[in-house]
Amino acid sequence: MFQLEFMRNAFVASTFIALTCGVVGVFVIARNLSFLAHTLSEIGFAGASFGVFTGLAPLDGMLFFTMISAVAVGEMATEQSRREAAIAAISSLFMGLGILFLSLANKSASYATNILFGSIIGISVQEVWQLVVLSIIMLIVMFFAYRYLVFDSFDSVGARVQRLPKHLLSILFLLLLAISVSIGAQIVGSLLVFVLLTLPASSARYLVHTVPRMILVSVILALAGVWGGLVLGYYTNWPVTFFIATIEVVIYLGTLLWDRRATGD
Amino acid sequence: MATDKPLLQGQDLAMTFADRPIFSHVNFTIPRGAMISLVGANGSGKTTLTRILLNVLKPTTGKVLTSAGEQRLRVGYVPQFRNLDRDYPLSAEAFVQLNQLSHFWPWHTTKEKRQLHDILKETRLTKLAKTPLGMTSGGEKQRAYLAQALVNDPELLILDEPTASLDVAVKHELIGLVRQLNQQRGLTVLFVTHDLPMAREYTDRYLLLQNGQMTSGNAAALTDEMITD
Ligand SMILES: Nc1ncnc2c1ncn2[C@@H]1O[C@H](COP(=O)(O)OP(=O)(O)O)[C@@H](O)[C@H]1O
Ligand SMILES: [Mg+2]
Repeated sequence: MFQLEFMRNAFVASTFIALTCGVVGVFVIARNLSFLAHTLSEIGFAGASFGVFTGLAPLDGMLFFTMISAVAVGEMATEQSRREAAIAAISSLFMGLGILFLSLANKSASYATNILFGSIIGISVQEVWQLVVLSIIMLIVMFFAYRYLVFDSFDSVGARVQRLPKHLLSILFLLLLAISVSIGAQIVGSLLVFVLLTLPASSARYLVHTVPRMILVSVILALAGVWGGLVLGYYTNWPVTFFIATIEVVIYLGTLLWDRRATGD
Repeated sequence: MATDKPLLQGQDLAMTFADRPIFSHVNFTIPRGAMISLVGANGSGKTTLTRILLNVLKPTTGKVLTSAGEQRLRVGYVPQFRNLDRDYPLSAEAFVQLNQLSHFWPWHTTKEKRQLHDILKETRLTKLAKTPLGMTSGGEKQRAYLAQALVNDPELLILDEPTASLDVAVKHELIGLVRQLNQQRGLTVLFVTHDLPMAREYTDRYLLLQNGQMTSGNAAALTDEMITD
């Protein structure tokens, strides 16, 4: 299967996607941001179709939309309940906008399907490079912010007491999340990037109990999903995304059962 | 054990939230090495005062002086509310490590590991080091909060009603441990509580917030009539 160039591209791209989503996902779960990750992927859909409409690359359109929204959310009401309601409203608006841009751009429905549910055939060498560079930049930023991000994410109260720059950390993390959503969407699609950002990390928290180990397990589970998905997709001709989602869900349910048994209830 | 120069001094502190005065003309000193209780009814402003001492809240008037002038002290704080649910994944050890911030790189230094080891031992958490905090008891969680507050060697420890949700035996175990740290290594402690028997038993002096004013005295002299809810 590696004779085919698009398979090689898809393999490299999804490896880096799994790496970044696996790392970022640990913080998404700790900060309780699954819901926002979902919304950002819908915003990403609007961004991609905006890109198509204006002639930008879909990835650039996505980055543009999600990063602006991330900063906006960071500046918005801090109260959790109100924030979620506002986010839900905004996401409906963006889904609508995405469909509008696509129809204005005169693209067929299959194009929308590609953006929403991903496509492994569409990705070019140049896009792979862009994605790899973005991932590496993200990982470097996370390296330098690591201890502060970990403290703020796993013990918000303690971080405030130690006067960590919470607002700055929150904006920084939302930007990292926006970038992961945008690059993840290239393979698994904007609707299912959510899967890679939440399930591997959710599984990891039941299996191991330090942050470095959670990151390691989360990345391994994300890799298992995308690699497994690509191989199975190649041999069956079924959508890769279907396999990725299925693998991650099965692992997640498995860890839930395992944890039940381990704690005896 | 207290030496002459106070660690911390509040000078004419006042706090008003949107036209609602909480307290005013608050003066007090906390001598180095002392264990002092801050008592008062619910809503009297105890937490507000600790937040001012921590520098996360600016008083409406007045100032806080430290032994080093206006410079900030290293303060360890065990907050009143910190609900970690049953799914909270970090082990006690990993939770304590969060507060080790002397470097930014992800791995911990030998010195940090030794500090972690020592504090886990002092707070009797060694056996629980690898247990997810979500699965520990209320008293064990409080000891982990205490360990986290102490791991970077603060000059002052503030405990905000740490015993409110604990049963009697566990409550005495926790504050007994704090008292031991206070006496053995001269840690200065501000113990916020509205449990007067605890304040009498474990602290040297009290600070009392009542009707927007502060009074102080020997903890042994605290009586139940002094707090009216
Ligand atoms: N940020 C705030 N804004 C407005 N009012 C506040 C704020 N923080 C505390 N208060 C009010 O100040 C009073 C004192 O609160 P607090 O310091 O928490 O009391 P205590 O800790 O003694 O129970 C309460 O009536 C509380 O409602
Ligand atoms: Mg209080």
